Amino acid sequence: MRTKTIAAVVGAAFGVTGLTASAQQVVEVVHWWTSGGEAAALNVLKQDMQKRGYGWKDSPVAGGGGDQARTVLRARVAAGNPPEAMQMLGFIITDYAEEGLLGDLTPVATKEGWANVVPGPLQKFDEYKGRWVAAPVNIHRTNWIWANKKIFDELKITPPKTFDELLVAAEKIRKAGYIPLAHGGQPWQDATIFDSAVMSAGGPEFYRKALIELDPNALGSKTMEKAFEQMQKLRGLVDPNFPGRDWNLATAMVINGKAGMQIMGDWAKGEFLNAGKKPGVDFLCFQYPGTEGDFSFNSDAFAMFKVGKEQQAGQLALASAIMDKNFQEQFNLKKGSIPARMDISDANFDLCGKKSMADLKIALKNNAMVGSFAHGHAVPESIKGAMIDVVTKFFNSGKNPADATKQLVAAVAASK
Amino acid sequence: MDSGTASVSAPATWSAASRWLQRSLPKLVLSPTLIASLVFVYGFILWTTYLSFTPSKGYPIHDLVGFLQYVRVWNHPRWQVAIHNLAVFGILYIVLCMALGLLLAILLDQRIRQEGTLRAIYLYPLALSFIVTGTAWKWMLNPGLGIEKLVQGWGFQNFKFDWIVSEEMAIYCVVLAGVWQATGFVMAMFLAGLRGIDQDLIKAASLDGASLPRIYWRIVIPQLRPVFMGALIILAHLAIKSYELVVALTGGGPGYATELPSTFMYAHTFTRNQLGMGAASAVMMLLTIVAIMVPYLYSEMRGARKQPH
Repeated sequence: MRTKTIAAVVGAAFGVTGLTASAQQVVEVVHWWTSGGEAAALNVLKQDMQKRGYGWKDSPVAGGGGDQARTVLRARVAAGNPPEAMQMLGFIITDYAEEGLLGDLTPVATKEGWANVVPGPLQKFDEYKGRWVAAPVNIHRTNWIWANKKIFDELKITPPKTFDELLVAAEKIRKAGYIPLAHGGQPWQDATIFDSAVMSAGGPEFYRKALIELDPNALGSKTMEKAFEQMQKLRGLVDPNFPGRDWNLATAMVINGKAGMQIMGDWAKGEFLNAGKKPGVDFLCFQYPGTEGDFSFNSDAFAMFKVGKEQQAGQLALASAIMDKNFQEQFNLKKGSIPARMDISDANFDLCGKKSMADLKIALKNNAMVGSFAHGHAVPESIKGAMIDVVTKFFNSGKNPADATKQLVAAVAASK
Repeated sequence: MDSGTASVSAPATWSAASRWLQRSLPKLVLSPTLIASLVFVYGFILWTTYLSFTPSKGYPIHDLVGFLQYVRVWNHPRWQVAIHNLAVFGILYIVLCMALGLLLAILLDQRIRQEGTLRAIYLYPLALSFIVTGTAWKWMLNPGLGIEKLVQGWGFQNFKFDWIVSEEMAIYCVVLAGVWQATGFVMAMFLAGLRGIDQDLIKAASLDGASLPRIYWRIVIPQLRPVFMGALIILAHLAIKSYELVVALTGGGPGYATELPSTFMYAHTFTRNQLGMGAASAVMMLLTIVAIMVPYLYSEMRGARKQPH
């Protein structure tokens, strides 16, 4: 009764503004996390926002990788009606920031000291000209191999340390009647293997020169040819049926003991866990040979659009909720990735998660944490697309590595 | 007095208004559609054409660069694959659909029993969306799941049917699925055409001793010319704008071996931030359709003008 009177008095005093402010502010979030585990993980954030007193308007656009979501977003931005926040990857954030469409999170970032806890190479994507424009949610690593432990034990194979050892192990697996490498022939999956092959052939420094700085000398070098040679050999390890296969079906082949290994980012771990498999017991996770201690990453972030003053409070609250330690831990335990902040204990993470978190620290020290080319953290979309064309064409035709190297240089030059 | 004039003139205005309404009702009813198609079809064709002359990346940039985007499109290896595939797919799709459609129509036209049932069976694939057709054929053509596995399971171990995973042959899988879907429709068009032919002509020819194939070849098929033209126009534009079938069947793969101009356009406009290139490729597709439509429309109009004489 008393609160009601107070509310009435306050409402009367502030008039119309008082009334609109008392209506709960809603924050709209566009994302493509629609699968069971992902949706559950996002629910943590939703509840947190409600605790902070904001409404949550969920705008999921199904379709992995977010191509569809981006098409929707393009239309909304063109119509002058952007959402408060949208899930984005790597250079897409930079592209939107360049268009001048993103807001400014610097006040909350400074207050909470994001710069001290988010790894440097990742910050580059969440900042634009010294302004924070996005809040990172997780860090995925792409240079992983996922292996069926039963097959490895049966054939007495240990995780290979060099590419030649990998070929020897693969031959053993083939002789025992299994498919050595489970792979889905879709351009982005071919490119995921390419990430690892380039890093293995030339190390992180070469990777950075070639795939991030696009140095024509590095792109056209003998080292790049070696990376393509690795791709050519890997092509020989897949089953003839691979074109068009989805990545999770390839993972299922490893889970079901049809295939020995898969080269894929750590979202594949989610498939193993969903199938009731345990890391170290049923499956193994190790680095692509020659990339131990190196870390090619991609990271989901929520980019915040430029919105009216009355919406900004909700946006900042969302950013703060995303960087919340508890959310980062809970979300990433469910998603298979690791937190985007370095100050979270690895106690609750599994073997692969622990390894990823430990390797991240090593890679940061050695300057070996690089953005994944396949997943949009190395070059802008227009150039990435043209390069992936070359990679996927080569992987499918398996022809001359020297030609592919030349084509790569030409593709970069033509799409700049 | 005042009220008197009003009561006299009111019915007059009303009837004038109603006459005007009656006369212009068709125009009024049609105008929203007309305006909508002017803006959303022709307006956006002009807008896309304009964009194709700009250096637009993610969003429109208003700055003219001439034919730069067209040069970039034509130099793009993926576009060359797309054009080659369009030629293979378009020609085979049109020719096979027409040949099989005509054959089925002629066979169905032999006064057979259960014609209605058979006609429905052949026509039904058209009721499916391209996505369903593509997905179903993807599974059937998959060597590890579909036809190859089935026949090998019957004991023919050497049987091979792996077109869909081969770079050279995958485009023929698209042809196969496309033909399967559209043949029944073309058959229905030809069947309607056959039913419209004067039976007396055929009787007269057979009295003169012409054989059945000869009657079809020399008398019936030449009379189906308008149906051929109609089928050609429909199939040609289906082939040029074909998109969903490839997306569902092969995803453009293996690699980008089954790329078509439409998938090229989508990829560059929406996922690669190359709006200018996407617009240029869309204009190229439009011009291809225009190249087919204009001669057809021209010949139709000339034909219509000739009729009264």
